[in-house]
Amino acid sequence: MIRSRWLAAALTALTLLAACVPGSNLPDTRPTDRQAKDIRTDVAAMGEVTLTVWDQEVRGGQDKQITALNAEFQRRYPNIRINRVPRSFDDLRNTTRLGLTSVQAPDVVQVNNGRQDMGAYVKAGLLLPMDGYAEVYRWHQRFPATVLRLARYPASGEPLGEGKLFGLPQGGELVGIYFNKQKLARLGIAPPRTWAEFDAALRKAKESREVPIQFGNLEKSAGIHLFGFALNRFAPTEDVYKLATGRQGVFWADDNPKAAAELLVRWAEDGMLTNGFSGLGSDAAWREFAQGKGVFLVSGTWLMADLEAAMGDRVGFVLPPTDDGKVAVTAGTSVPFAISARSRNPDAAAAYIEFLTSSRGMALMAEHANLPVVEATSQRPPTAFRAEVFNSWAHASETGGLVPYLDYATPTAYDTVTSVIEQLLAKRMSPQQVLDKLQADVDAARGGR
Amino acid sequence: MAAGEPRRVGYLYVLPALAVYVAFLLFPLLHSAWISLFDWDGLTLGTWAGLDNYFTLFAEAGLRAAFGHALVLIVFFSILPVCLGLVLASALHRSRVRGLGFFRTVVFLPQVIAMVVVAVAWQQILAPDGPLNSALRALGLDAFAFNWLGEESTALIAVGLVGTWVQTGLTVVLFLAGIGRISGDLYEAARLDGAGVLREFRSVTLPALRPDIAVALTLTVISSLRTFDLVYVMTPLGGPGESTTVPAYEIYHRAFQSGQVGSAAAIGITLTVLVFALSAVVLRLAGGRR
Repeated sequence: MIRSRWLAAALTALTLLAACVPGSNLPDTRPTDRQAKDIRTDVAAMGEVTLTVWDQEVRGGQDKQITALNAEFQRRYPNIRINRVPRSFDDLRNTTRLGLTSVQAPDVVQVNNGRQDMGAYVKAGLLLPMDGYAEVYRWHQRFPATVLRLARYPASGEPLGEGKLFGLPQGGELVGIYFNKQKLARLGIAPPRTWAEFDAALRKAKESREVPIQFGNLEKSAGIHLFGFALNRFAPTEDVYKLATGRQGVFWADDNPKAAAELLVRWAEDGMLTNGFSGLGSDAAWREFAQGKGVFLVSGTWLMADLEAAMGDRVGFVLPPTDDGKVAVTAGTSVPFAISARSRNPDAAAAYIEFLTSSRGMALMAEHANLPVVEATSQRPPTAFRAEVFNSWAHASETGGLVPYLDYATPTAYDTVTSVIEQLLAKRMSPQQVLDKLQADVDAARGGR
Repeated sequence: MAAGEPRRVGYLYVLPALAVYVAFLLFPLLHSAWISLFDWDGLTLGTWAGLDNYFTLFAEAGLRAAFGHALVLIVFFSILPVCLGLVLASALHRSRVRGLGFFRTVVFLPQVIAMVVVAVAWQQILAPDGPLNSALRALGLDAFAFNWLGEESTALIAVGLVGTWVQTGLTVVLFLAGIGRISGDLYEAARLDGAGVLREFRSVTLPALRPDIAVALTLTVISSLRTFDLVYVMTPLGGPGESTTVPAYEIYHRAFQSGQVGSAAAIGITLTVLVFALSAVVLRLAGGRR
């Protein structure tokens, strides 16, 4: 009798386990679009609402602007309570998966762009399409299409750039050239505007025993930016867009990507990069640059505030060189704000996102040394350096010169690109091997569809 | 148990502890094992995969390498610290240095500092132009001034040596306590019989320390197999050419970043089994008669 009781218990346990196939607690219906005519925009009339917001605006200037905006929003609408949950980028990225699938999902989340993050959540139906809100709040008029397409996904989650809108960013990002003004003056060269000028500047810096390009690739993230920088020299922006998002018609083994890979090898061989870059952290690299080691630093505008604080007016910024006057720059947006499909107050959530990205939001972004995604040129930045960054962004985003980061094509693209570039610079892989590996990654993802 | 009290009442006493154990340890463990049988991205409905996740574990070169690295780290996190600990502890004990407490504290200090702090500090020390290489160059040892964390050949060793530095404190303190328990008569007798330093160590100290060695080995082997923070902070993304990936890093990467939760769970379960197996071996070999 005891044995049969044990058997029953074991069977019950098994049935219980079997009933919970991982993921079975999630709804299998896709969220329905909010039509423009159903959307309520009168926030004051929405009653008592608590919005839970997960953001990653934790660094100095970011935190200041969002804190100020949250306070203003709640002053204007006392019926809304913002429950802010700030986390560092990595922490937020690691917990979003659990957050969006939990019963108490946040209303508004900053979701990292790319196939393995936003793409995967769109595919799983965890985010609310925002096209209705875009219509009501006229986002199409205020945001360039090249910016909005970086948060568009079809229901399958790929490819990026098509389908519905799932997020709206507050800030812009682009990878350009920081330079040390004192060193350029001493070398007797002007900020390089063409590739010939840039090449000559590198040679001159090298001859004068300076570090031409300050570079630290321990985390492997600097490598992907340097490769994108080189790729934009050779390939037309539309081609790079296709490569980066995994579209048909362009191949990694084409001549242009090959020329970019060879350029990287040449830079490493000719000592144009910091000695021992593979063991140098990226933070350590920009600090060395700030302390006067290195003529150029190829990096993103996320370093703007830090470099300005460390170097004052000794730091300058230019867009990547061009030979035909057509800007081609690796760029993106700050992490877009998205609405959870489980939010019980999507209209309030959208009104909040609209407020963050309004002209007032952009002004506060600029005031605290962040690069506003739109209306950058109408701001009055306090330094010439910041004005240069703002104008560069405005110029690039309005002339269609923005090219996405190279890791959007496949779920494994970031790992693959960073790893092969690291191997390329260490001369453990030839340019051809690198390109083959990149193409194989794209092909494998296609085969899996 | 009082006479006449029914045997089953015994279970009642264990119940509170058991409930906590089941809720926070046993159930998650079983749940992970269950998830490891699925192909699951953590978002949508999983599909039954049977033991596929385990088979790919052995088939994937990258994963095999990760387990290989963990075994290499055992040498640095466990075997080296135990050997060093034995030497240091017997030296400290014999020479009766003044301020023994001070040295013991210094040697034990790395154990107290958070691993992330240790990793950040060492990352700076090991930088291409960091203090270590500067010191080596100043001594004319330019040939040994490697790009420690940036080369495939040295990255794992560099991480391992930091592990040795951390774990040696633990073993020294354990062994010092162990030696303190050994009766002075034994040492006196050995000396009267004309035993030298080595003989004394081999015949008196080592046998008496056997249980302590077993404890030290068990603790350090487990921590070497679980290493995550040191690797993650010192060599982000698994180091140059994936030369420092370890199973714990793979679990983190798959579960939280690349959406392969089933595979991550399978690695976790395999790691658990491996830890159990190695601990059993250590206890059998070193624990001996006790």
